[in-house]
This record gives sequence, structure tokens and C-alpha cells, in this order.
Amino acid sequence: MNENPVALGSEAETSSKTAVKMRGTGVDVFYGDKQALFGVNLDIPENQVIALIGPSGCGKSTFLRCLNRMNDTIDICRVTGEITLDDQNVYDPSVDVVELRARVGMVFQKPNPFPKSIFENVAYGPRIHGLARTRSELEEIAVTSLEKAGLFEEVKDRLHEPGTGLSGGQQQRLCIARAIAVSPEVILMDEPCSALDPIATARVEELIDDLRQNYTIVIVTHSMQQAARVSQRTAMFHLGYLVEEDETDTIFTNPSNPKTQDYITGRYG
Amino acid sequence: MIATLLLVLVACAIGAFVIGRNRAIAIAGGKVASLHSRPSHHGASLAIVCVVPALALIVLWSIIAPNVMDTAVLSRFSAELADYGVPQIEGFLRDSRAVAFGGIAGFTDELTEQAAAYYQSLNATGNMILAAGTALFVLAGLYLGYRAIKLRTRARHLVERFILVILIACSAVAILTTIGIVLSLVVETFRFFQKVPATDFLFGLHWSPQSAFEGAGREALAQDQSKIFGAIPIFAGTLLITAIAILVAGPIGLMSAIYLSDYAGPRFRAVAKPILEILAGVPTVVYGFFAALTVAPFLRNLGESVGTSVSSESALAAGLVMGIMIIPFVSSLSDDVINAVPQSLRDGSAALGATKSETIRKVVLPAALPGIVSALLLAISRAIGETMIVVMAAGLAANLTINPLEAVTTVTVQIVTLLVGDQEFDSAKTLAAFALGLALFCITLTLNVIALRVVQKYRERYD
Ligand SMILES: Nc1ncnc2c1ncn2[C@@H]1O[C@H](COP(=O)(O)OP(=O)(O)OP(=O)(O)O)[C@@H](O)[C@H]1O
Ligand SMILES: [Mg+2]
Repeated sequence: MNENPVALGSEAETSSKTAVKMRGTGVDVFYGDKQALFGVNLDIPENQVIALIGPSGCGKSTFLRCLNRMNDTIDICRVTGEITLDDQNVYDPSVDVVELRARVGMVFQKPNPFPKSIFENVAYGPRIHGLARTRSELEEIAVTSLEKAGLFEEVKDRLHEPGTGLSGGQQQRLCIARAIAVSPEVILMDEPCSALDPIATARVEELIDDLRQNYTIVIVTHSMQQAARVSQRTAMFHLGYLVEEDETDTIFTNPSNPKTQDYITGRYG
Repeated sequence: MIATLLLVLVACAIGAFVIGRNRAIAIAGGKVASLHSRPSHHGASLAIVCVVPALALIVLWSIIAPNVMDTAVLSRFSAELADYGVPQIEGFLRDSRAVAFGGIAGFTDELTEQAAAYYQSLNATGNMILAAGTALFVLAGLYLGYRAIKLRTRARHLVERFILVILIACSAVAILTTIGIVLSLVVETFRFFQKVPATDFLFGLHWSPQSAFEGAGREALAQDQSKIFGAIPIFAGTLLITAIAILVAGPIGLMSAIYLSDYAGPRFRAVAKPILEILAGVPTVVYGFFAALTVAPFLRNLGESVGTSVSSESALAAGLVMGIMIIPFVSSLSDDVINAVPQSLRDGSAALGATKSETIRKVVLPAALPGIVSALLLAISRAIGETMIVVMAAGLAANLTINPLEAVTTVTVQIVTLLVGDQEFDSAKTLAAFALGLALFCITLTLNVIALRVVQKYRERYD
């Protein structure tokens, strides 16, 4: 495996359309001695949805977790290369990881609301970052976040009941609201719909489309249809390499790499 | 004799098992699957049918036979024993049995020798009858059981039911014992309250049962009797020492649990956790002399150097050491519940930009709180029941005080001192121990029930 695929989506094309929010340059990731990512170069365009696809174990989650340094919580994980957020290297020692994660939020595969009330779940982030000075400000943040996440109407009468009592789809939207509440610039989503039924999935997908106006979104998904529906750009990973990155339409209609072709048509083993 | 019989029965059971199994296989004619029950079920059921009735016979016999023999001996020598009193007759029987079956006879004469000889002949006859009966039961069981082995015999059901009966019997032992203990506590407490009014016991401020006056003139002092059984001081002492212990063990245990679960590396954890658990295995008497010989003098010297007087036996010394003793309970149980908080919650919090300590304080601990509370409650009930450390380090003086530098005493210690030494069984002093025991039992029971309820609630939360 000595080919060295590089991002094919040409930079000139990308930047002519929209600004680059985050950029990975030569990102290598090691878990102990095992290398999980090999020299990944990828641009995350601002106010767009970019989907990361690829077979299981190819490093999608690993790359995603580099973007907000969640890999720091894994002792054996080592990241080299450069990842920038607005041209600032996020692995620079001067960068405060707390601040970074406030700017780059994350939604996990399995809904993980805190065992607190719905309101407290959303208020958690603003509280620790001191975003609200008064109770009413806090409430306002919570309500707007829930509204943006399309959950407010469903839960407005039971804001003080436990978040764990919601349905799976509602819980996932609660987690999105929780991420939105700290006003991030980028939202990372790792298979956010894999634990949801089709109706809840549709709601979350709608929501992602709405959120695009104000946020930059990176979504990992195993569903080709989902990638096609929600994303503007798609990046294909394979065995730790970024194989291809382009407009979603191009990837799905006319991929330039045969591996991508195989994967999206389901011929990949 | 009975031991031999039991050994024979074991051999019979094994034999019957093999016979039954082989018979079943033979009946099936190679097609074992055509049997209703597995061959081993047939074997086991044959063994049961063989051995259980015989076993019952032996048990019954060993309960009844001694009495029967005693009665026979008494009626035979009734003429010679006519002028014996009850204690003499008992002594006579004891001595004769000792002569007959080996043992230490107190006093032997012509009569005991004769009685012993009679005992021996009775016993020999009896043993023969028993052996014959056992053999009969075994053979009958074997015959009937063997004949009953057919293709469709439901041997499995018999075996399953037998196992069920044994399980029920075992749990009945535990439950009945508990009920028995509680009942005897209640009854004796009731008797105590007939001597000393319950209100005096529960609300009295003065505890000095050692001055209870026994013997002549007791009635004259009956008035004061009830005034020396006021339990408030010793419950206060228990409370004081337990509170000190929890103040020590709560924070230390909790923080070490947090360190172990969230900060310590796996290698440190692998070493530290067993060590903590060893701490729980140190005999309390060791803690006790540690408290009495090291901590108490240290506290007294410390007190002297800052100019306060600390009595050489103090609630503080006992409480501190007891706190150390229950640290493992708190830390080990809390560590388990903190670990049980899903990693996804920690990740969720970290992804929102919370630091590790914020995550622990605001997400992990609240989620684990019910479990931690129940760990604390279990530690408290352990502390309340602790005796040794208090005897050695806190003293016996029932002072009603909240000053931890003074000597106090606890309920368990007082129960010990009430029952040590020769006591009339139904004196108020002895009965007071039952009342204290019952009160203690109620308290720890309540704590345990609360702890259990809290844990149950906690279980429901993540699913
Ligand atoms: N904590 C870890 N420790 C060691 N190796 C890891 C760890 N996490 C991931 N890996 C390895 O890194 C590689 C990439 O894993 P990653 O989770 O990024 O894959 P993925 O593309 O997200 O897969 P999936 O679609 O199944 O989620 C895999 O080979 C995996 O075994
Ligand atoms: Mg993944």
C-alpha cells in the first residue's frame, strides 16, 4: 500500500467557492505503534456540510476526533501534522483545548444526554464557559438552542424532567442543542443517526441542513443516501488514507477513484 | 456406627447412580434421545429414591434413640433410683453413658457399671435394628426405583424437584434464623421493659447499669433501678464516634475513589485497589490497639502541648481510627459506582469544553451520587456495629457529651460489658443488652434499607 493518494478536490476550486474553516495538512495519527491515519490533507469549507465516508476502521472517527482534540483523552494516541482552525494550529501549545472544544462542538454516535433535566443538559455548556450572567440569559440560550435543534416544541412543557427520559431521536437532538448552546463554529457529528429510526433520522437530517446556515458541519456516516442528502462535499477514507474528496454530486455520479466507485455502489467487501 | 452407615449410604448413592444410568441406557437401546430424561437423571433419581428414606431413618433414629435408651435404663433401675433427686439421676445417667461409650465419668459405682452394661446391650440391639432398617430401605428403594425406569419415566422432574427442595431448605435456614434472632430480641426486650419502663430506657440521660444492685434489698432500690438504664448517653456516644468516623472516611474515601477511577493509570490502579481492600481485611482488634496505643497517646500529648486536656481515652481517637477502618468500604464501593458512569458521559462533557475536574464534579459525581450515598450508608452501619476499637480507645464511661476529646462509650461496647462475667439471665442488666441490641438492629436495618432503595433507584437511571 505505497500509493500516496492526496486530496483530489483542488484547493483553488474549493476556496473560490467558500472560505476554509479548518484545514488538515499531513495529519498522521498513531495509536501506540499502530498508525491509523497517513498524511491526510483535507479542507473543511465554512458553512457547508462535509461528509466523511469509508469502510469501517478506515479512520473517519479518528480524523474527526483530531479536529477538536478529543484524541487527547486517549493516552496512547499521538497526532502529528497540522490542523488549523481559522489559520491557527489547534495543536499549538498556546491553544487552550477547553476553548477549542467550545468552538468545535461534537455530537456522538450514541445519544449521551447527562442524567440531568433537559434544561440542565443544555445549560451545562454555557454555565461552564460563563456565557450567561443571569438566569434569564441562561434560559434564553437554552430555549434558542432547543429551538434551533428543533426540539423546543416537543419538550417545552417538561424542561425540568430528565433528559434521559426522551426518545432516542429526541435525545440526539438534545445533544445537538447542547452542542449548539456554547455557540460553536464547527459541529462534528460521528454517525449521529446510526442509533435512530428512519423518522428520527429524517428530522436530524433536516436539522443538519438548517444548521448549515450558521455552522460548519463535519459528519461521519455509513449511509450513502445520508451523505448524498445532507452534504455538499464528501471525503472518502480507506485504510487510513484520504482517497478522494470532492463535491458530493461528483463523488456520487462520477468518482475518479475506483475504490470510491466500489464503495458507494456497495461492491466493497 | 452412624458414621459408618453414612459412608455406606454414600457408596450406595454412587452405586445406585451408576446402576440407574446404565439401566436407562440399556432401556433406550442405544437411542438415548428417545428417553424422556437423560440417563444421568435416571441415575440421580434412583440414588435419591435409594438413599433419602434411609437417611431420614438415620436422622430420626439418632434423635430418638438416646431418649429411648435413657427411659429404658431408668425404668429398669427404677427401684435403685427411687430416692435419687433429679440432679442425681441426671448425673447417674451421664456417668453410665460415659462408662459405656467412653468419656470422662465423674463417679462410678456398682450401679453405674450395671447401667453401663445395659446401655451397651441396648445400643448394640439398636444398632442392629438401625442397620437392618437402613438396608431394607435402601434395597426397597433400589428395587422400586429400578423397576420404575422406563422410556417415558420423568426422572428429570424428580431430580429437579429434589434440588428445589434442598435450595428451599437452605434458604429457610437463613430466614428462620434471622426471624428467630429478631423474635428473641423482641421478647427479651419486652421482658426488660417490664422491669424498666421503656420511656426511662429511651429517654433517660443516665446510664450506669454496673451499679445495678443485685441480691438482698433489691426491691427497696427498685425505684432507682430504672433510672440507671437511660440509653441516651450511649446512643449519643455511638453517634459522635460514627460522625467522626464518617468525617474521616467520607472525604478521604471519596477522593481516593475519584483518583482511582479517573486519574490513576491502569498499573497504579491494579496495585492500589487490592491494597485498599486488604485494609478492609485487617482485624478490628489490630485497629483497636493501634487506636489505644498510638493514636490516643498522640492526641493526648498534642492536647497537652496546646494546653487543652484530652482524656487518654477519647471519642476522637476511636473515631479517627474507625474512620481509617471504613475508608476501604467508601472508596472501593464509590470507585465501582464512579466507574459505572458511562464513558460516553465523560466524553460528552469534555466535548463541550469542560475540564476533567469540571466533568467529574458536574457530571460524574451527580450521576454516581446515589451509589456513593449508599456506600456511605453501608460504611455508617459498619461503623455503628463496630465494637473493638471503641472498647480499646474510647473507654467505658457513658458521658453525655459532644466534646470529642472526652471519653464516651457506644451501644455495642455496653452490650459487651453487660454480658461479660457471671450474670443472672433475667436480671435487668442482662435484659438491657437485648433492648440495646434491638435498638441497634433497628438502626442498622433502617440504614441498610435506605441504602438498598437508593441503589435500586440508581440502577434505573442509565437504562
Ligand atoms: N482507542 C483506540 N486505541 C487503539 N486503536 C484504535 C483506537 N481507536 C481506533 N483505533 C484504530 O484506529 C483505526 C481507525 O479507527 P476509527 O475508529 O477511526 O475507524 P472508523 O472509520 O471510525 O470506523 P467505524 O466506521 O467502524 O466507526 C482502526 O484500525 C482502529 O482499530
Ligand atoms: Mg467511527
